[in-house]
Amino acid sequence: MESSGEVSPGRRRALILLGCPEVPVQTSIALYLAFRLRERGDEVVVAGTGAALKLTKLADPRGHYLGETMNIDRCIASISEGKADFDQCFAFAHSDAGITYAGTIGYISRAELFVLIFGRSAEELAETVEFDCRKLVAKAVHDPLPLKRLLDEVI
Amino acid sequence: MGCLEEMKYEVLLSQCSFKEAREYIKKNFNEIVEVPPGYRLLNVHLIGVPPLLIGIDGDRVIFPYTKPCYGTFVLQVEALDEIGRLRSKR
Repeated sequence: MESSGEVSPGRRRALILLGCPEVPVQTSIALYLAFRLRERGDEVVVAGTGAALKLTKLADPRGHYLGETMNIDRCIASISEGKADFDQCFAFAHSDAGITYAGTIGYISRAELFVLIFGRSAEELAETVEFDCRKLVAKAVHDPLPLKRLLDEVI
Repeated sequence: MGCLEEMKYEVLLSQCSFKEAREYIKKNFNEIVEVPPGYRLLNVHLIGVPPLLIGIDGDRVIFPYTKPCYGTFVLQVEALDEIGRLRSKR
């Protein structure tokens, strides 16, 4: 289901901000993270590109884990215009573009920001972060377990 | 990309980092305005880590445009209507 992105009172709202889906661990970790967040009672919105959302939606045909989804640029627009916001954001980044999107969220949103930095150059990429956030860094490409372990520590 | 897709834009720098885009704009344009991330320009909410710089050159604006799978581009587009609003930010 597509989200309106509107703020509803009550439950904690968490945003999962997907990056480019070219690194395999992203889809798997995104579904796991959505599951963990919903399990603890959060309202979860997953934002991403068309391809990133297609990959996650196909792997969760009944929407057991994903729940609401939203185009990434519409999500940025909604937050920028004050129409939506979140309590926590988990941003995926394996490239400079991913870091740039995460930094944008860090500026426009009041959400506590976690940035999952992964891929072959995770450590170098992590050093380029110049904004306040909690970095979860793992040199993960095919194996999702290092990122899973980091997430389990913060959820 | 909203209405930007329908406009004649020129790509000045392709698939670079956001920092490289910022340095390019700073180095190549005399008139520069800083805007907050999420600033709406031509129906696009700009992505970026502060300082997010926009260059002005005649009736054109020069700005970084980030796509999740392709990195950051520096685009130049004729946008006379936007320039007054940008200048009022200084």
